[in-house]
This record gives sequence, C-alpha cells and structure tokens, in this order.
Amino acid sequence: MAKPKVATTSLAGCFGCHMSLLDIDDRILQLVDLVDFDKSPIDDKKHFDGPVDIGLIEGGCCNEENVRVLQDFRTHCTTLISVGDCATMGGIPAMRNGIPLAECYAEAYLNGPSVHNPSGEIPNDPELPLLLDKVYPCHEVVKVDYHIPGCPPPADALWQALVALLTGKPLALPYELIKYD
Amino acid sequence: MADGMTITIDDRTISAQPGQTVLEAAQAAGIYIPRLCHREGLTPGGACRVCVVLVNGRPQSACTLPVTPGMVVENDSPRMHEHRKRIIEMLFVEGNHFCMFCEKSGNCELQALAYRFGIAAPRYPYQFPRRSVDASHPDIFIDHNRCVLCARCIRASRDLDGKNVFQFVGRGVHKRVGVNARARLVDTDADVSDAAVEACPVGAILKKRVGYAVPVGMRLYDHAPIGADIEAEAKA
Repeated sequence: MAKPKVATTSLAGCFGCHMSLLDIDDRILQLVDLVDFDKSPIDDKKHFDGPVDIGLIEGGCCNEENVRVLQDFRTHCTTLISVGDCATMGGIPAMRNGIPLAECYAEAYLNGPSVHNPSGEIPNDPELPLLLDKVYPCHEVVKVDYHIPGCPPPADALWQALVALLTGKPLALPYELIKYD
Repeated sequence: MADGMTITIDDRTISAQPGQTVLEAAQAAGIYIPRLCHREGLTPGGACRVCVVLVNGRPQSACTLPVTPGMVVENDSPRMHEHRKRIIEMLFVEGNHFCMFCEKSGNCELQALAYRFGIAAPRYPYQFPRRSVDASHPDIFIDHNRCVLCARCIRASRDLDGKNVFQFVGRGVHKRVGVNARARLVDTDADVSDAAVEACPVGAILKKRVGYAVPVGMRLYDHAPIGADIEAEAKA
C-alpha cells in the first residue's frame, strides 16, 4: 500500500511553522517512514499531480495568489489543516486589517522612514499578486477541517496531530499543546 | 441551621449562606464556574455572561444571582460549555487579540478561558476593528484593541481606588472604556499602583517596562487551566 501523502505550503506566514515541523527532531525519520511529501517547500515539489491525504497550511491570505494556492490545496487535499496563528486568525500580517490599503501602500513605498523611492511609484507589475483588502484567516476563504494554533504551534502539537490523523485516532490536543503564542 | 441552606449544582448538593451569590457558594464548595468580568473584591457586574448557568432551567449570571434555598443549578454540562465557548469566541473576533506578541499572554484570563475550553479557532468571522492605544501616561497604557469591556477597571477605580478614572463611553459596537479627562490617561489621577491596573483580565491596561518578565513555561496558565486552583481545593 502506498504511503499517505502530505502537502504543505506557507501563504502569508514567516515559515516559522515549517521550522516548528522540523523541530520534531529525530521523529522526522519516523515521519518519512509514515508519509510521502507531495507539493511542499520541504521537497520543493511545485505542483499537485493527484489527490493528497493531508494538507498543512501555514499563513493566512493576504493576496490573490494566496487564495489560489489555498483553493488548490482544498481541491487536492482530503484533510486540510490550518497551522499556526496566521492561518487560524490572520496573525501579524492581519495587523494591517484596520488600516485602508492605500495607507499601507503609502507607508511601505512612499512615506516609510527607510523608503528610498525617487520615482514615487507604487509597484504594479502584472507579475505581482494583488493585495486583498485585508488579511483573511484560511477558514474564511475555504473549508478547513482542523486548526492547530500557536506562533508557532509546538512541534509536539504538529507531531501528535499528524500521528493521530495517520493512525485514524481522534485529533484531541492536550491542554499544554493548545497555545496562542 | 438557622442561616444555612442547600442548593444543587450539577447533581451535587452543597451548603450555601444567605447573601452569597451562586458563584461564591459554588467556589466555596470547590466548584469552578467559569467567569471573566468577575473579580473577588469588586462589586459583581454581570457584564461578560461567561458565568451564566441554568437556575431552575433559566439562564442567570452566577456572579450576580443570590442563592435561594433549594435552587437547582446546571453548570458543567455540554450545552453550558457550548454557550461559554461561543461567548469566548465572540470576544476573540470582536477585538484585536494578537496573543503572539501580547505582554499578557500566558497570564491572560480571556486566553486562559479559551485554553480551558480547548478553542483552536473561533467559528465567527473576525471583525478586525480599528481601535486606539493611549500611551500618554508615563507608567501605564491602555490598548483598546485588547479590551473586552468587562468593566473591572471601572469598578476597581471607583470602589477601591476612589478615583473614578475610567467609565464607559459610546453604545453598541462603539462602546469603549473612556478616561475621566478631556482626552488622555496622563491627564487623570491614574497611578501605576492603582487596583484598576491590576484588575484588567487581559492586556488592555498594562504597566510599562515590565512586559515579558516571566519566561514561557512559568506563566500563570502555561500548565494548569484557569479554575484548576478552585477545583483542587475540593479534592484536598
């Protein structure tokens, strides 16, 4: 029987949650025995070419590309998990949510104390994904099956959640592994 | 037995004294009724509704309701858990609660309630309101992003400090804690040693220059849930 497949991605996140996954230490060897990685920065696979059992989403949606990737994950993953505070509540990027987009652009490209931009233009190359009006948690964009909060979630939380899902046990994290910081 | 009475909480019969609230009687018997706006030493407010229990089948806030003989209270049941979880979730989406960098994280009663109820993510859409920070005072600041409108600071300042520094202004979603000055906290009598500063359950009113003093793993709610101390007394 083929091993279950796991895909991961980082949307509007800092890759800290992926670091936390690596923080399971030598259990990473057991993980490699348990699963195959599909589309993920861990193996640098860029595209899905079939269904995947578990998708781990780090980061919320701050731009149109994030939304497309998240929808792609939802389409291909049987179980989708929001990993970390950015995916579950927007996180640090969502601090801009009370501020109009035009003010964010002006601060980033025109008025910020370290900005050097003699042309006074705000980048608008078609290659650049358009920002959304605000940063959205993943479950406000697609259906998400589980949430693992934390900034980042403890490595043990990720490990226990994966093992529970892979062995068909209920995913119930103990008190000390549900943390928002 | 002239003054005593008994009440029933979740099929447990406990004794209670006249003048006690349901919450106090339960606590004296080692039963934890979750609460947020209630704080010992302050006049009960009944503001947050986290402590709502069913008394003879009707929802009542346990922090304000006096005991009466023979009352039947439902506290620790699936439907009451669900009710409280939803209130806590609403409090999270209504403000801007960025636990990951908040000085109060680990010692925050709102966060601790969410941990106790095992909330991984709220089921309501986040509102992300635009709120202000008043850092004008040299020793304390108010971050309205984190305020849950529990009125603890208002009651503590009025009843314990005798200062009336804080009061509510506005209505509905515009309601917020205002200060008793034209605009800023620095223009009030507020002092870093005020009971009102200690009374804040979240990170809305904080002392300056003392944040993050306790390392992760040694904070109030890192290992044991909020209310565990009350429940431990029952077992002892």
